[in-house]
Amino acid sequence: MKHRPALTALGVLAVLAIFPLVISSDYYRHIVIIALMWVVIGSSWNLLAGYTGQISFGHAIFFGVGAYSAGICTTKLGISAWWGMLLGGPLAMLSGLLLGWICFRLRGSYFNLATLAIGEVFRQVAIFWRDLTDGMQGILIITTFRSKVIYYFLALGLAALCVFTISRIMKSKWGFYFIAIREDQDAAEAMGISSFRYKSLSLAVSSFFTGLAGAFYMNYMGFIDPEVVFSLYFISIMAILVAIIGGAGTIWGPAVGAFIMVLLHELFRSSFFGYAPKWVSSTHALAFGLLVILAIRFMANGVVGDLPRIFNLWTRKEPIPPVEEGSGL
Amino acid sequence: MEVFIQTLVAGILIGGVYALIGLGMTLIMGVMRIINLAHGQLMMVAMYITFLLYEYLGLDPYYALLIAPPALFVLGVAIQKYLLNPLLEVDSIIPQNQILMTVGIGMVLTETMRFIFHSDYKSVKTSYSSATFMIGSICWNVPMVVAFGLAVLLTACLFLFLLKTDTGKSVRATAQNKDAALIMGINAEWITQLTYGLGAAMAAAGGTLLLPIYYLFPDVGAPFTLKAFIITVLGGMGSTVGAILGGLVLGVAESLGATYISMALKDAVGMVIFVLVLLFLPGGLKTLTKV
Repeated sequence: MKHRPALTALGVLAVLAIFPLVISSDYYRHIVIIALMWVVIGSSWNLLAGYTGQISFGHAIFFGVGAYSAGICTTKLGISAWWGMLLGGPLAMLSGLLLGWICFRLRGSYFNLATLAIGEVFRQVAIFWRDLTDGMQGILIITTFRSKVIYYFLALGLAALCVFTISRIMKSKWGFYFIAIREDQDAAEAMGISSFRYKSLSLAVSSFFTGLAGAFYMNYMGFIDPEVVFSLYFISIMAILVAIIGGAGTIWGPAVGAFIMVLLHELFRSSFFGYAPKWVSSTHALAFGLLVILAIRFMANGVVGDLPRIFNLWTRKEPIPPVEEGSGL
Repeated sequence: MEVFIQTLVAGILIGGVYALIGLGMTLIMGVMRIINLAHGQLMMVAMYITFLLYEYLGLDPYYALLIAPPALFVLGVAIQKYLLNPLLEVDSIIPQNQILMTVGIGMVLTETMRFIFHSDYKSVKTSYSSATFMIGSICWNVPMVVAFGLAVLLTACLFLFLLKTDTGKSVRATAQNKDAALIMGINAEWITQLTYGLGAAMAAAGGTLLLPIYYLFPDVGAPFTLKAFIITVLGGMGSTVGAILGGLVLGVAESLGATYISMALKDAVGMVIFVLVLLFLPGGLKTLTKV
């Protein structure tokens, strides 16, 4: 059977589009909406990290900026938070370019740490700049629609747009430049690729979509506070996990990872939908951490990246020798 | 002026403990070239050990210095042996997967403690927890002074170990050039385990020293992980002398920030310093001291 990515994509999209029409439970719809939102964030992170090799520990910055630009539209400007869907992306992109300007002069773990630290700075600013953000009180808005179906299709549209855009980018010249930078930045520079320029481009697209996801979150959930949207563990690290569990450096990886992570999270949070004893729900963060350790140890390229290997284990064929990768950074 | 000196004293005292914690991370950074994002969490585990010893055996936190750091040393060696070293053989598209692994370890440590002890605040109230004495018009907090003194002592021991013993020299050799160290017959794998163990033990010592003064809860680790890496970067990655200076600078800066700007913004001060150092002094304090 010939592999046709476009057909697969359309098939997945069709199934996801039919889902809310068949399933009428708002609970399941909610889970898929959140998963779709994570598809956007995970894919965005993956563009910068999985393809361009710049592991960001600060994607909560863009998520938070997007969410707050939507929230502040209502609380301070008195207009609908939906304007945030227009403003959130560009504003997140601006903060992304600022982050890039500071951090792209650094490499390897220096870069990781700088993004982590600046993420924390943003969180602190959001807590203390009360005139703008209302601090720890957070922002509460009245959500526009009661039906989840509208949000569902919005999230689906966002996720599809994000994955499609990134797959187009990765087929273009930009994509090859990104991968060249990931594999060997010095060699890429020697070939005349301005690493700063292309890393910034990658970051711009990545932060734009993450900001959109943030603005969507504000509109959908109706409540944000700095500890939620600027959270290191539950946004920045979760974005990394989503992409790694699914498979960094693949188009479909983060999408698969988003569904796996959100479902797992929900399974544990609800004590396996009430079938397991109640104390299980208090272990969901622990299960998360264990999953990180196991995934990095045994499935470093994620479900999608290691699929051939997993398949071979199952059919007991000779393992395919691992692809020779460059030294990375 | 008095306020200023008092602030400075408080900053230097806490800075000594920060330096001890930061040194642990710097050692790990120097030898393995990875940032140990589970550092504060290891410290937190040590604090719980100390707390348990105090609560159930009535052991003074300072005696726990003989138990908690060795326990964390063993834990650290095990982490390096079974979780971090095997990653060198894993083929991954993400180059920094050891750092991500430490994030996972940190999460597991925090959540295990939360599962066992819940999120309640605990504290060890000793007879000397709030004891003070005065020199001139400057007030000295007894447990802080003891913590500072012991931190300096432990730091001195570490330097003696690194400079004078064979094993210490092997650690430094591995940090300088791992391949060359291997050729010289140094068991680099054991050195990495030893280093991670030592780093964890130093974080543990720092945590134990802080316990009479601090509250204890499962999330206490994360801010200290951040502090430790600010110190590491401030000092110049992998520079031990730089880390000591970095610890003192961070302590004083936080203290000044708390007094003159806002108590609540104390933690942000460290972050701002961090970003400024990355921008204007990327090599850290190391480049100034030439050590």
